[in-house]
Amino acid sequence: MYAIEFNNVWKKFQKGEKAHSLRDGIPMFFKNMFSGNKESRELSEEEFWAVKNVDFRVKKGEVLGIIGPNGAGKSTILKLLSRIMKPTKGTFKIQGRLSALIEVTAGFHPEFTGRENIYFNGSVLGMSRKEIDARFNEIVEFSGVGDFIDTPVKRYSSGMSARLGFAIAAHVNPDVLLVDEVLSVGDMTFQAKCTAKMRELLNSGVTIIFISHNIPLVQSLCERVILLNKGEILKQGDPDEVIPYYENLVNAIREGELKRSLDDEDPRLEVKDRILIRIPDVTVSDESGIVKENFKSTESLRICIDYQAWEKIINPIFIINVVRSDGVICFACNTLDDNYAIESIEGEGRMEIRIKAPKLGPNVYYVKTYIMDRDMIHPYAIAKKGVFTIDTIKTIDKANAVLRVDSIWSHQKKK
Amino acid sequence: MNTLSELINYRGLLLAFIQRNIKIKYKQTVMGFMWAIFMPIMIVISGIIVRNAMAMLSGKTVNFAEIASVSVKSLPWAFFIGALKFSVGSLVSNMNILKKIYFPRVIFPLSYILGQLFDFIIAGVAFSIILALAHIGGSIHLLWLPVLVIFLILFTAGCGLILSCGNLFYRDVKYIVDVVLTFAIFFTPVFYDAATFGRWESLLLLNPIGALLENINAVVVLHQAPNFFWLTYSGVWGFGLFFAGWFIFHKAEPSFADKI
Repeated sequence: MYAIEFNNVWKKFQKGEKAHSLRDGIPMFFKNMFSGNKESRELSEEEFWAVKNVDFRVKKGEVLGIIGPNGAGKSTILKLLSRIMKPTKGTFKIQGRLSALIEVTAGFHPEFTGRENIYFNGSVLGMSRKEIDARFNEIVEFSGVGDFIDTPVKRYSSGMSARLGFAIAAHVNPDVLLVDEVLSVGDMTFQAKCTAKMRELLNSGVTIIFISHNIPLVQSLCERVILLNKGEILKQGDPDEVIPYYENLVNAIREGELKRSLDDEDPRLEVKDRILIRIPDVTVSDESGIVKENFKSTESLRICIDYQAWEKIINPIFIINVVRSDGVICFACNTLDDNYAIESIEGEGRMEIRIKAPKLGPNVYYVKTYIMDRDMIHPYAIAKKGVFTIDTIKTIDKANAVLRVDSIWSHQKKK
Repeated sequence: MNTLSELINYRGLLLAFIQRNIKIKYKQTVMGFMWAIFMPIMIVISGIIVRNAMAMLSGKTVNFAEIASVSVKSLPWAFFIGALKFSVGSLVSNMNILKKIYFPRVIFPLSYILGQLFDFIIAGVAFSIILALAHIGGSIHLLWLPVLVIFLILFTAGCGLILSCGNLFYRDVKYIVDVVLTFAIFFTPVFYDAATFGRWESLLLLNPIGALLENINAVVVLHQAPNFFWLTYSGVWGFGLFFAGWFIFHKAEPSFADKI
């Protein structure tokens, strides 16, 4: 018995703002009206598939997570399920009452008081007047709005109205619940309440589709996960199996972005009166010297710095910082501290650093290289190059820590 | 009819929307619901002034029946333009809800029209009392009034459905409607009688609202039977436009969220 059946659904979207002119629009309107819904699979230039042949089933009481990078089509699927949009092709079936925890304040009217909005928004979400009456106190208490219940919502803080919105939506008691990134409402106390409410709903046997970028939460709440990318299902199954794919996908996107931004940045850093030395390239390779971009956490690294010096530089100092994509310097080394004295450099050459298994956490990194004068005051050249990724293998590192250390646990009981 | 039974399932929500629209209209006003009576009173007063001015120019005097007919025709007219003004933009102004939550979209325009009907009824009751006190009297022909009002509602709803849906695709519709409604009073026999125009009378009555207003005037003020030709004419318009509007609206409904 399936609560949701989603059969080979396609959804086409339009790019750009272009509205049809009246001259094209009116004949098209009448054509559509009398020819019924005969949308083709073909795309015109301004169109793209937001959802491409997506097919899945959800059992009654199951909790399904949908994850994927931005623009993967997650929210579109929710919009299709909640019947706000109609699929271009394909069909779907839902058993029972459906409710969505999506932008919970959408139905609010700013002129209405909290009380009036509970009644109005409640009925928009599909509750009858009786049901609202019965749960009114519970909703007010959950929201923590308290004495402000008879104040117009336009005078609420954004947090207050969001809390009230969530409180209403969470008390609808549906058979199928769609959740899209709403658990980040309010302060810590309220978030804890939300998560507790979610767990309560989970245990009550409601079928839930949960969309979030909060991977640890998806992992702890969902029994099954679908990974979407560019409108297609990339993988589905057990969270522990699917989430590493997601993290690698996100890292690949991050790596691409990082490379592009570093490339854009470079010329600006090199603008000097007189360029003495340049760093044309920094490469990262594994122990055997094979240049690559994806590494395991336990692999040793070799970082090669190519330089090009137009004049003789006496006693230069080489510094590398390995920087995580969010700007954290994870480790650094320099020739001075490592007691590697260089008499002078001139012309082209290559400097190599071997790093023994740095055990970095899964993420994207780049190497920031400096060539400094002997007093470490004046940089001759700076380069941000050598982007590499540490892959996720298992779903570990929930904390997004810099390092993965070898740890051994033990346990004793005190007498 | 599938769409109708769905709307019936959602009648609670339709009611909630009507309540919301009525309440919102008079929020943060001093007079509150009294506006539902004051607005038509102001239209009636301006109608009486216009009527007097016209009479003065042509050297006649205004009798009481004429003043009564101006008031009786002003109310349905106020309902018609009020309902259209609010319903035309109803889908676009509720974009937030429309893009987030599903329910039959006809609720948007219909709730504004029915909300306006509430004002119409309040004003209607108030005016009936005034007219009764002024000994306007009644006749068996008053029984035609509900029929005429139903035609008026159907015609207004038909316009509202088509225009609100048109406005979603092309925002020009709202501006066009604004302009047309501003000048429509000149082409509709509200402040004057169609009969004043002699042989051009029929031309004025081709406007279904004009035909309805004249018949309402006939049954309420003149104690006559309605003109059956124009009654049928406006009935055909009312039902025809309503069903056309219903059909067009539901045909276009699936693409609302995409095209808004």
